[in-house]
Amino acid sequence: MYECPVCGGEVEISPDPVEGELLECAECGVELEIMALDPLTLGEAPDAEEDWGE
Amino acid sequence: MRVGFLHSLIRKDEKLLIAELRRRAGIELVFLDDRRLVFDFHARPEVDVVLERSINHSRAMHALRLFEGAGTPCVNTYEVSRRCGDKILTAASLAERGVPQPEARVAFTPESALDAIEELGYPVVLKPAVGSWGRLLSKINDRDAAETVLEHKSILGSYHHSIFFVQKYVAKGGRDIRSFVVGDECVAAIYRTSGHWITNTARGGLATNCSVTPELADLSLRAADAVGGGVLAVDLFESADGLLVNEVNYTMEFRNSTDVTGVNIPERIVSYLAEVRP
Repeated sequence: MYECPVCGGEVEISPDPVEGELLECAECGVELEIMALDPLTLGEAPDAEEDWGE
Repeated sequence: MRVGFLHSLIRKDEKLLIAELRRRAGIELVFLDDRRLVFDFHARPEVDVVLERSINHSRAMHALRLFEGAGTPCVNTYEVSRRCGDKILTAASLAERGVPQPEARVAFTPESALDAIEELGYPVVLKPAVGSWGRLLSKINDRDAAETVLEHKSILGSYHHSIFFVQKYVAKGGRDIRSFVVGDECVAAIYRTSGHWITNTARGGLATNCSVTPELADLSLRAADAVGGGVLAVDLFESADGLLVNEVNYTMEFRNSTDVTGVNIPERIVSYLAEVRP
């Protein structure tokens, strides 16, 4: 388990984390990004930009 | 085979693709994070093919152009990203091939756009040429709303928002269809159902399986071919006049679709890479 950088809550990491991976804090709902793997570091994910999508 | 995985943020779709790439014997995965890339117009990444999964359309399009310029085959290609990333270019490509689509108009001033809207008749949908996930779509039911939205767009938006793309509103009975094309096969399709007129799953639309009828497959493949082909998601409306192609997506999202359709979409995509590689 890792700590949410926003609310301090517990954040569950997938078994095969990847740098840049998006995840959500179950407690406060903020979207997080795995900034680095070693050591595993979480940061707030950037907001969607106008040309994001499919 | 060395696969360059062009990405920015890694979503569930990318995780599914990474897992599939790592599962395959003989594939070496090379991450190309678009936030770290620097191009010099010559150097070629040491990969056999690039699989594009950037979340930013503008980055994806430029990166693909530069990779291809250096001699690297890409899925999808720059030309496909260019046509699919701009709804006006998509509509032009579909029109040139006679692929059925909602009636639409393009205009460059609020006045001419209002004429276009009145010509189509209400309601219409005003869309930014570049945009996704149902963002900044305006359903316009009358002239008052048209005048207001057109004014706001031309004053508040960047120059892109003064290229007005207007589509006749299609009553689609609370759902649309998304079909998945990989190479020359329509491998799966889903219905996206919502109480809201925007049915994107990104906006809460519910995905359920849609069987791939010969008609749906044929139209999806024609649409994919019209924009250059590859790994594409085709969004269609079931209109009173039959199926209409609404748009084509070149960095397709499928996370909700593999379970619902029973088709292993990431597997199909990775297998396609081997076909494309020289």
